[in-house]
Amino acid sequence: MKVIKIDKKNWAEGLERSSRTYRLFGPLEQDGFHVFKALGDGELPNLDVQNTRLSPRSVVYPQSEKMFEFTLDEKQEDHHILKEVSKDYSPRAVIGIRPCDAKAFLLVKRNFETPEYKDPYWLKSYEATTLVGHACSGPCSTCFCTTAGCGPFYEEGLDILLVDVENYFLAKILTEKGERFIVAAGWEIEIDLPLIDQADTMKAAAEAKITTRVSTDRLRDKNTTDLFEASFWEDVAFSCINCGTCTYVCPTCWCFDIQDETYGLSGIRMRNWDSCMYSLFTLHGSGHNPRDAKVQRVRQRFMHKLKYYVDRYDNGIQCVGCGRCVRFCPVNIDIRRVCDLMNSFES
Amino acid sequence: MLTYIDKIKEISRRLLKESKVDLVVGFRKGTVPMMNEPCFVKTVEDVDHLVWDGNCGINLANYLTNRKEKIGIIAKGCDSRNIVTHIIENKIKRDQLVIIGVPCNGMIDRHKIEAMAESEIKEVSETEDTIQVEGDGFEKTLDRKAMLQQNCVICVHRNPVIYDELAADAVKEQTEVDRYADVRQIEALSPQAKWDFFENLLSTCIRCYACRNACPLCYCPTCFVDESRPQWVGKSQDPIDIRTFHFLRAYHCAGRCTDCGACERACPMGIKVRLFTKKLEKDCLELFDWEAGLTLEKRPPLDTYRPDDPDGFIK
Repeated sequence: MKVIKIDKKNWAEGLERSSRTYRLFGPLEQDGFHVFKALGDGELPNLDVQNTRLSPRSVVYPQSEKMFEFTLDEKQEDHHILKEVSKDYSPRAVIGIRPCDAKAFLLVKRNFETPEYKDPYWLKSYEATTLVGHACSGPCSTCFCTTAGCGPFYEEGLDILLVDVENYFLAKILTEKGERFIVAAGWEIEIDLPLIDQADTMKAAAEAKITTRVSTDRLRDKNTTDLFEASFWEDVAFSCINCGTCTYVCPTCWCFDIQDETYGLSGIRMRNWDSCMYSLFTLHGSGHNPRDAKVQRVRQRFMHKLKYYVDRYDNGIQCVGCGRCVRFCPVNIDIRRVCDLMNSFES
Repeated sequence: MLTYIDKIKEISRRLLKESKVDLVVGFRKGTVPMMNEPCFVKTVEDVDHLVWDGNCGINLANYLTNRKEKIGIIAKGCDSRNIVTHIIENKIKRDQLVIIGVPCNGMIDRHKIEAMAESEIKEVSETEDTIQVEGDGFEKTLDRKAMLQQNCVICVHRNPVIYDELAADAVKEQTEVDRYADVRQIEALSPQAKWDFFENLLSTCIRCYACRNACPLCYCPTCFVDESRPQWVGKSQDPIDIRTFHFLRAYHCAGRCTDCGACERACPMGIKVRLFTKKLEKDCLELFDWEAGLTLEKRPPLDTYRPDDPDGFIK
């Protein structure tokens, strides 16, 4: 791993140079909050923002994504044949992604790349993407990343980690992808040992600022059926209005729904984010719905993130502790509380 | 308003102890600033979890739909109007309810306060007249009235219209409020400017349906956007489908909406969704002299026909 320092005076210029090779994305303001968007010419990502309202998952995995197109015009030879839509998989870079959001891509990858199935759209997008992270020196009070498998300076999942040290960014180049980005940006490779020490001190200080924690140590050994039938679900689910906010702001939610839409004789097949909070999510063609009641859907979300995922992959919980669902749930259902209820549950 | 909680607890304990109700629906303290969580309590001991302050903006009538138990429910002016609407629309029976009425001084607008904070808000506390906001490196005392949800600023029914017990004396109703200034501004726009306005308004919508689901009126077994046989509305981020959802949902609330503000409060993107329903609320007032949820005695204008219904729109 190489560590270099980037003088902030050369920041804009480097991004400009990199934009000749990469499509750049970064946090931009929109109506009073921040979201990840493609940067326009000369536009700089806002790195002052604590965290974006929506996670950057849409950069790799858009909320609505065209997969195929087709024609219903029987005069055409290829009518009713699904044809792949051409897409732009040229290199792109996400500037200023938080370490938790980058780690989230690794969790989602476990679903989109398995020995049996490989999701071509997600994988090609992900492979085309370089993640230039920005260490969190001032985490939010709802962050619980340090007990959710990552942390404010966490490196796994990132290609580069930037640490903001006064007039410089200390850049830890973590992968070959990261190195290619630095070369494209043309930043000078210059190492500064005192700066590294300073970054290490900042890391410890940032971790100490994260005071909310979840306990996950006992989830794995719980009996799934006992947890499933726990009496606390009625209380947890009561306030839930079954909107999709928690699932849509989440960086680790991956579910989608496939839809065909036609206009006249031409049509597309697309996929859209879906949410386990919606009744339609599990509605069968027969009319039967195995998760007909709100309590079943709320339970599903937490059981998936905190139990089924733990059991299936044996690699922690399906949550990186970004705290978005805690902040934006309209009725204040708090995953930290539910996780502790599950972890301490005795049948 | 901050002193109501003792009386609320006293009534709740009594109702539970005397088995007048199976549960009381209210709020418990939230885990983040400016948020309380709707909850139920079933035992006298659990009554202590109940709270009441300016962060109880979610409309609790939403939690009554089709329930079978005997329920004690804490109701602000707007909640009580939605309870009336629920009873009229057969979503709950009057004799299932013991309504604990709460005269209201308005609920705090969390979007407004977040927008003016210099950094993350760590703590918010309130008195009858002020709101104290604290965060990293800043501390502000704000005028409570200026920080209320917009629907509360213009509210003219702060006292419950239907109740069995009151948690406090009635508050003075506001009289000198201009309820529809924002609607008139939009009405005055040219068709193209209106279109652009709404397109911009909805540009951040993520279709999470929080507005719909926080609304006590939206109880259809299957919402039109969820119908799949046939499917009326596309499911993508296509702006046409997003508009269709918002426009149609608003129409479904015509003559029923009490402007409780739950939709706007719930929106994670801070979209001013009330602008749609308010226009229809204004029309109902002007055309039918109707405000939703004020009486159990009359049917709402859109589910009855009267020969003298206004028909000036027929040219």
